[in-house]
Amino acid sequence: MGNFPILTAVTFLPLAGAVLIMLVRAMTGGQDSDATGGEKSLVAGLIFSLATFLASLVMLMSFDMSAPGYQLVEEVSWFANIQYKMGVDGMSLLLILLTTFLTPISLIASMGSVKERLTEYTIAFLVLETFMIGVFCALDLVVFYVFFEAGLIPMFIIIGVWGGVDRIYASFKFFLYTLLGSLFMLAAVVFMYLQAGTSDIAVLETFAFAPEVQTWLWLAFFASFAVKLPMWPVHTWLPDAHVQAPTAGSVILAGILLKMGGYGFIRFSLPMFPDASELFQPMMFALSVIAIVYASLVAWRQTDMKKLIAYSSVAHMGFVTLGIFSFTEVGMQGAIFQMISHGLISGALFLIVGVVYDRMHTREIAAYGGLVHKMPVYATIFMLFSMANVGLPGTSGFVGEILTMAGAFQASTWAAAGAALGVIFSAVYMLTLYRRTVFGQITNPALESIKDVNTKELICLVPLVIGTILLGVAPNLIFTITRETSLRALQMITGG
Amino acid sequence: MFDFEAMIAAIGPEFFLAAAGLTGVLLGAVMGDRFNSVSFKFGALSLLVAAAFVLMSWEGGEAFGGLVTTGPFVNFAKLVSFGAGAATLLMGENFLKRHGTIRYEYALLIIFASLGMGIILSASNLMTLYMGIETLSLSSYVLASFHRDSMRSAEAGLKYFVLGALASGLLLYGISLVYGFAGTTSYEGIAEAEGGIGLLFGMVLMISGLAFKVSAAPMHVWTPDVYEGAPSPVVAFFATAPKMASMVVFANLMFTAFPTVFEDWQMIIAIIAALSMLIGAFGALIQTNLKRLLGYSSIANMGYALVAIAAGAQYGAAALLVFMTSYVIASIGLFGGVLAMRREGGMVESIDELAGLVRRRAGLAIALTVLVISVAGFPLAVGFLGKLLIFEAGWNAGLLPLLIILVISSVIAFGYYLRIILIMWVREPAEKFQPIDTTVTLSIYAAAAACIALFIFIAPFTDWATAVTAGFAQ
Repeated sequence: MGNFPILTAVTFLPLAGAVLIMLVRAMTGGQDSDATGGEKSLVAGLIFSLATFLASLVMLMSFDMSAPGYQLVEEVSWFANIQYKMGVDGMSLLLILLTTFLTPISLIASMGSVKERLTEYTIAFLVLETFMIGVFCALDLVVFYVFFEAGLIPMFIIIGVWGGVDRIYASFKFFLYTLLGSLFMLAAVVFMYLQAGTSDIAVLETFAFAPEVQTWLWLAFFASFAVKLPMWPVHTWLPDAHVQAPTAGSVILAGILLKMGGYGFIRFSLPMFPDASELFQPMMFALSVIAIVYASLVAWRQTDMKKLIAYSSVAHMGFVTLGIFSFTEVGMQGAIFQMISHGLISGALFLIVGVVYDRMHTREIAAYGGLVHKMPVYATIFMLFSMANVGLPGTSGFVGEILTMAGAFQASTWAAAGAALGVIFSAVYMLTLYRRTVFGQITNPALESIKDVNTKELICLVPLVIGTILLGVAPNLIFTITRETSLRALQMITGG
Repeated sequence: MFDFEAMIAAIGPEFFLAAAGLTGVLLGAVMGDRFNSVSFKFGALSLLVAAAFVLMSWEGGEAFGGLVTTGPFVNFAKLVSFGAGAATLLMGENFLKRHGTIRYEYALLIIFASLGMGIILSASNLMTLYMGIETLSLSSYVLASFHRDSMRSAEAGLKYFVLGALASGLLLYGISLVYGFAGTTSYEGIAEAEGGIGLLFGMVLMISGLAFKVSAAPMHVWTPDVYEGAPSPVVAFFATAPKMASMVVFANLMFTAFPTVFEDWQMIIAIIAALSMLIGAFGALIQTNLKRLLGYSSIANMGYALVAIAAGAQYGAAALLVFMTSYVIASIGLFGGVLAMRREGGMVESIDELAGLVRRRAGLAIALTVLVISVAGFPLAVGFLGKLLIFEAGWNAGLLPLLIILVISSVIAFGYYLRIILIMWVREPAEKFQPIDTTVTLSIYAAAAACIALFIFIAPFTDWATAVTAGFAQ
């Protein structure tokens, strides 16, 4: 590839698309006529996001899976000792692919279901995509922070403008929760920069902070990542945000934004503060198990489909933290795998809810029942993803859960036992949801005329079906890429 | 003996502004109303030429036997202040035209106010400082009540005058005490004097007087009222050029005249900063009038700037310049936004009037969003880096409690800044605004573009700020 800055290109391609759409829109002057101009913008946005996906595949090709450390590094001085530094390792590569994969899908899913202000909608998603990719590419703490924070604004606008009835409340809650956590991280970033004289992540990984300092820094980063992930007890913004967000917003939120928390733990907390990470291992285990069990139980009692899936996300993210803090190779690999897998599964589940929501305009579980009689294809796909969410062997959900639990078992039998309890509960709530919406007799007369999934929805769902099964059958596709990352993170903990 | 060239190097820009102002008076007397419209271009041009003078004599010098001493640090502030003065002057022309109050005195008063800013920035003696402050203040009082027929404007002018006179009195009293105990009015002499408690007392009074000028709590009460009542272009001017100048003067005075009692004034400034940050942030939360909101927001922002002063010359000087410049740029754009809010039947000022702006004028809404993001100190615009540098300065100086307040205040501030963004993006659109003046549109877009450009290419800017404050880095 020579010196072509592929990472910068992948990161900013969506932004370039957004600017282009904005300019074309401004020149055609169609400020108030959303009817036709909006759809064209959405198609243009889709083309740009697909181009980004292709560009990220090129990035995958030029990535050497067997080499350790960061690759495709680009470095330009920004100011003082802060660099605009980009680079990827196996984990960030996969998360970038996930991002570029899910964004076109969510744009396709929006066709027809979002009717207002499509141009702005498209622009918001493209800008968001740039920031999400940037988070995973950044190899400088300050640059990372900038992307991390900047992503809040488009998401804030997506929830606030195109969301449900209580969208204002939900968007503010989302923003302020995340922001408050992030400011602690910012303070820590400034401190680390002043101590080490650089904000280069690769250098900071090897910089030994004093143990008591580590504790504080770890907590500051924890504040940010725990909110983002989210972990119990700071998860309460998530159900609100998910319920109010438009379908595509939920897909991105669950699919990618949550992963930034797990990514942060692996990228920063473990290598930079190894002593503190070990110190807080029991706490992380406790919080993870509580999240898994508690969120699963809460999910069971939900009457709103989206809320149920939101709580199930909290539970599944618990497995991620469990795996990371097991400090074993199996657990770490499992955690990264679980992040990718959950990105596909939860994205698909939100799309599935979106399908019936578009037809019935309600998310109440009680309003459904007997869908299988009218929507056989839908019922099949829903079944597949319910099972994947429960962790049925053969789907990607199984691999992630079994590995993180295996890792946790080596560190703490009790934690693994608690997590296993959560797996049972997940079967309870998912099967309940499935039975109540899909099986039984049709009781709601409005359902008599409901139509099965159309082509557009199939185009969205089929890639996710393929992905889930492919990763479930051949998980080594992921493991070969993430192996070096996991080993490196572990080396810092045990060897450093 | 009398070195003309050195004098021009030290105070050339002020000479030029004084000459330009007096020429303007003459032209006004001769041309009468025909000068009204021309005077705005004349004033802006004079300010830009004065700025060019500043650039030419960048290293500055000393003149009048030490009454004025200039250097890169204050010249930086002059450059920004004059530039901001020119921009806000041009933005106001059509506004005044529509209100039937376009008079050449307006432009001349801005020139004289700028002259006052130049003088206080050049001052290295308390007498010069006081003279400059009065020149600036007297012009400002008249500007605030420039809409003579409007009750609100007259009220704003009167309030500003009464409180300003009190502040000037405090400052003067402080100066006389300092003089009494130090035996000199030159900065250098004060720095060397063995002052004792009397000197400190004088210093505290001077700080109070200056706190009024930068609208820092607890001397801030005039700000929201004057911001609300005074004509919008005047407020745009108040919020930018004099703020930059006064803040740098404040820093310059503390750093050069009172370096020996650093611990004493650090505590005072820290308290003022903390109060400003909190009062500004909480006060803005409940505002519905955009101008009042920006008034409170400026109080909070001055609080952040004071943190840089409290950090001391070595750490804070460069951060202060970067922060204040980014604040001034964003403010020019934001007040451009205020000036753009015009419907049939006059100006509107409530935040709710911005409702759904993105559907009426998407470009304007996006530019305003960028500006709000910048002034809020959120990543993606230069305001974030300004705050970051202040944070770093405070950290280096060990001002941890102050930094905690800074973070809290910023989080609260996000509440009202977000509200503005939300109203523009989410609400059902309000009625369309009248066409916006070219200069106003231009300044909004230019300010927004500058906020992003400076964010990306910050290095030359910070290097420059570091270079001009090199004298302070011991």
